[in-house]
Amino acid sequence: MFQAFHLFQMIRSSNKGERQISSNPLLSIKNIQKDFYGNKVLEDISFDLDRGEIVGLVGENGAGKSTLMNILFGMPVIQKTGGYKGTVQLNGKDICFRDPVDAIEAGIGMVHQEFFLIPSFTATENILLNRESTQYNFLVELFGDRLQKLDRTAMKERAIRAIQTLGVDIHPDTLVSEMPVSYKQFTEIAREIDREQMKVLVLDEPTAVMTESEASTFLTAMKRLAARGIGQIFISHRLHEILEVCDKIVVLRDGKVIKNIPASEATLRNIASWMVGREVGTTSFRRARSADDQDTSVLLSIDKLKVDMPGERVKNVSLEVREGEILGIGGLAGQGKLGIANGIMGLYPAQGSIILNGKPLPLNNPLESLKAGVAFISEDRRGVGLLLNESLKLNIAFTAMQVKDRFIKRLPGGIKWQDWNELDASAKEFIDRLEIRCTGPDQRVVELSGGNQQKVCVAKVLAMEPKLLLASEPTRGIDIGAKQLVLEVLREFNQRDRTTIVMTSSELQELRSICDRIAIVYEGEIVGIVPADAPMEDIGLLMLGNKLVDEPTHA
Amino acid sequence: MRNIFERAINTLGWARLIIAAFLLVLFCVAPFVGIRIDTSLSDILVRVGMNGIMVLSMIPMIQSGCGLNFGLPLGVIAGLVGAVTSMEFNWAGFFGFFMAIVFAVPLAIILGYLYAQILNRAKGDEMMIATYVGFSSVAFMCMMWLLLPYRNPLLLWGFGGTGLRTTISLEGFWLSILDKFLSFRIGSLFFFPTGTLLLFALACLLMWGFFRTKTGAAMMATGSNPLFARANGVDTDQMRTLSVIISTVIGAIGMVVYEQSFGFIQLYMGPFYMAFPAVAAVLLGGATINRATITNVVIGVILFQSILTMTPSVINNVLKTDMAEVIRIIVSNGMILYALTRKEQAKK
Ligand SMILES: Nc1ncnc2c1ncn2[C@@H]1O[C@H](COP(=O)(O)OP(=O)(O)OP(=O)(O)O)[C@@H](O)[C@H]1O
Ligand SMILES: [Mg+2]
Repeated sequence: MFQAFHLFQMIRSSNKGERQISSNPLLSIKNIQKDFYGNKVLEDISFDLDRGEIVGLVGENGAGKSTLMNILFGMPVIQKTGGYKGTVQLNGKDICFRDPVDAIEAGIGMVHQEFFLIPSFTATENILLNRESTQYNFLVELFGDRLQKLDRTAMKERAIRAIQTLGVDIHPDTLVSEMPVSYKQFTEIAREIDREQMKVLVLDEPTAVMTESEASTFLTAMKRLAARGIGQIFISHRLHEILEVCDKIVVLRDGKVIKNIPASEATLRNIASWMVGREVGTTSFRRARSADDQDTSVLLSIDKLKVDMPGERVKNVSLEVREGEILGIGGLAGQGKLGIANGIMGLYPAQGSIILNGKPLPLNNPLESLKAGVAFISEDRRGVGLLLNESLKLNIAFTAMQVKDRFIKRLPGGIKWQDWNELDASAKEFIDRLEIRCTGPDQRVVELSGGNQQKVCVAKVLAMEPKLLLASEPTRGIDIGAKQLVLEVLREFNQRDRTTIVMTSSELQELRSICDRIAIVYEGEIVGIVPADAPMEDIGLLMLGNKLVDEPTHA
Repeated sequence: MRNIFERAINTLGWARLIIAAFLLVLFCVAPFVGIRIDTSLSDILVRVGMNGIMVLSMIPMIQSGCGLNFGLPLGVIAGLVGAVTSMEFNWAGFFGFFMAIVFAVPLAIILGYLYAQILNRAKGDEMMIATYVGFSSVAFMCMMWLLLPYRNPLLLWGFGGTGLRTTISLEGFWLSILDKFLSFRIGSLFFFPTGTLLLFALACLLMWGFFRTKTGAAMMATGSNPLFARANGVDTDQMRTLSVIISTVIGAIGMVVYEQSFGFIQLYMGPFYMAFPAVAAVLLGGATINRATITNVVIGVILFQSILTMTPSVINNVLKTDMAEVIRIIVSNGMILYALTRKEQAKK
């Protein structure tokens, strides 16, 4: 009875929908304003989204993109900080969600900048969370829906279907905690597209940790969804992706819509300069290696390293890094490129031998690694990189304080007092240097935008003045202008202080622009090390596991 | 202006504003049902001083991620042993009080260390383990109070029996020694327990100072993000152990302070329920299971003790019955329940 009614409603609304296509956009954002305690973040934002349309939302770090999406999705943080002004219309009706659950029911899905998955559940379970297929059993009559038995086979089929729509190869029984980061991202998206009634999908930097090939798989999936009539808002700092999939581009700067144009009328260079408000050059950083660089001593030598990092296992890596060089590590997700740095830091169980500066480095002991002069930018900034509820200044100074006794004033009795003046001073210096957008050194890190949080992670390791810097995805989520700045700062440290850098990144372009050599990891081993100016095709082949020496021209 | 107001609500929280408003109502009603405001205020101050340090002892463990210290009875037991031992030697006055603390602290350190070893093996289930540790230690001590070789007849069961009494009076030892230190009266009924409150303030100050040190920062990081702490060179197990020891030691000192104000030492089942009011107070003050500040402690203990003092006497006088004790139990447990439900919310 109820179902018949429901069906009737659906037919009616879809008829209405067709009639209204020309008049009403699917989603319409009108005059949105938002401030956080007087700090204006969005001023008078308006734009529309049609059925099957993909709108690219671009802007600098802290421009207000995530905030706008949080408003759309009814994230509690918006209400807690005083709500917003303006209206959002879905199918011509005003909506204002107090809770993400309402948004989901209304047909809005969101893939967050930070993950919202349950690590100890499998892909299937995460995808179908709260929407499990159930089997009828008599207990339901007595106790209600909650006691329906889960129909595992049907669930798996649905999960597989959702994953296939995306065109990736994730086994439905993989635990999320065992997945490489980009697979987590695909799982999040699969979760959203399994929802049948979904009309609008919001994607907040889903591709930030993907390699090029994964990202292009992802973009294809987006186009497929668009063909099904789903409207999408896509946020990314990789502007070529925006140009590739979007129908329309909305540029935010300082909380205002600066441009709202069809994608066909934009070029990469234009978008970048609209975002930043000035011309953005695209200089390459690669320095000419001077002669004396060639014969510097070996700083780090790794022999038969094995690291048991879930989703990024390292099976057998031997590698030498020369003092003062920048070594890039690349490879597809899940092949183990991230495991190397995590292993050297002692964050995941490791075996093998590591010699740093002529001395063996104890494994599985982060403190010893730090003391030996190694610093680490984690690829997981929320999980490992930051104390979200603490101030910017404490985050920046924390490691240096614990490991090197910096930022400390000694009081009588051997008490090591935090020197807040020094903390302030160093935080201010980094805020200027890395252009971190914040209200000051005392702002809590959780209140910063994603890209600015990443800059805090960078500042934290620079405050350590390390000998060896392990940087995993150091520019994750950082906008196009600031990326240049961050890379420049890294290179400056490398040249001035002779800091050796091992940089792991999923972005090949980035590695090529700053590194001296690039090592490619495949199935937990290094398949080849090439100079940074090696042809793209060679690197591409290496990433797929084809050793260059063995079969130079086959593939 | 609006912003300041919003921030205030955000930091204080609706729950505390409502409780404060309810208190205000009680205070307005009180004079009309024949309750003297000055006596009530005085009662509240004494109770705040009496319980404050024990509530404060919650902070280190919460901050290091060990959760709410339901194992407070361990500290309490150390405090009791310290007091009884000092009395065994017939030491009175400030010296007696001081020596009670001197005996209590080393014991608290040992107990805290052992307790921490258990907690470090049960990461994630700390609070359940803590509750059991608290309860079983009380049971164990029930036996020990009978067996320990104390000889002072003032402490023992009458007429040469063996074992310590259930209730020992501090009369003639160090009764109200801190309460009376520098204390003053306004009128005949208002009494200000200066010494106790001063010690509470000093303890708060030291606690604040501790979290401004390098070790304090490491402890805080251990609680708020253990992965971060480990990756940044903090030995998390060591920090947790340290936090449990500090919590237990402060609990022990808090107990000695409590005794001097209360006037009696209650052995055997006495420590059994000590943890809950302290836990409830810190939660009422706005702490969550992994974040607590000095402000949470001060606000929490004041609100909890005020409600506990005012509600029974007002209701008692309104209904003209003698149910003060029953109402006190209802109110106190009601607040504990409320605070514990808030704990679940905070976890999300
Ligand atoms: N909870 C909060 N409290 C205070 N300020 C906040 C809060 N959340 C965000 N902000 C501020 O709002 C501004 C916009 O942040 P938002 O996260 O929307 O940026 P974004 O465009 O998504 O940037 P990114 O590209 O770095 O992700 C930032 O300046 C940030 O500091
Ligand atoms: Mg963002």
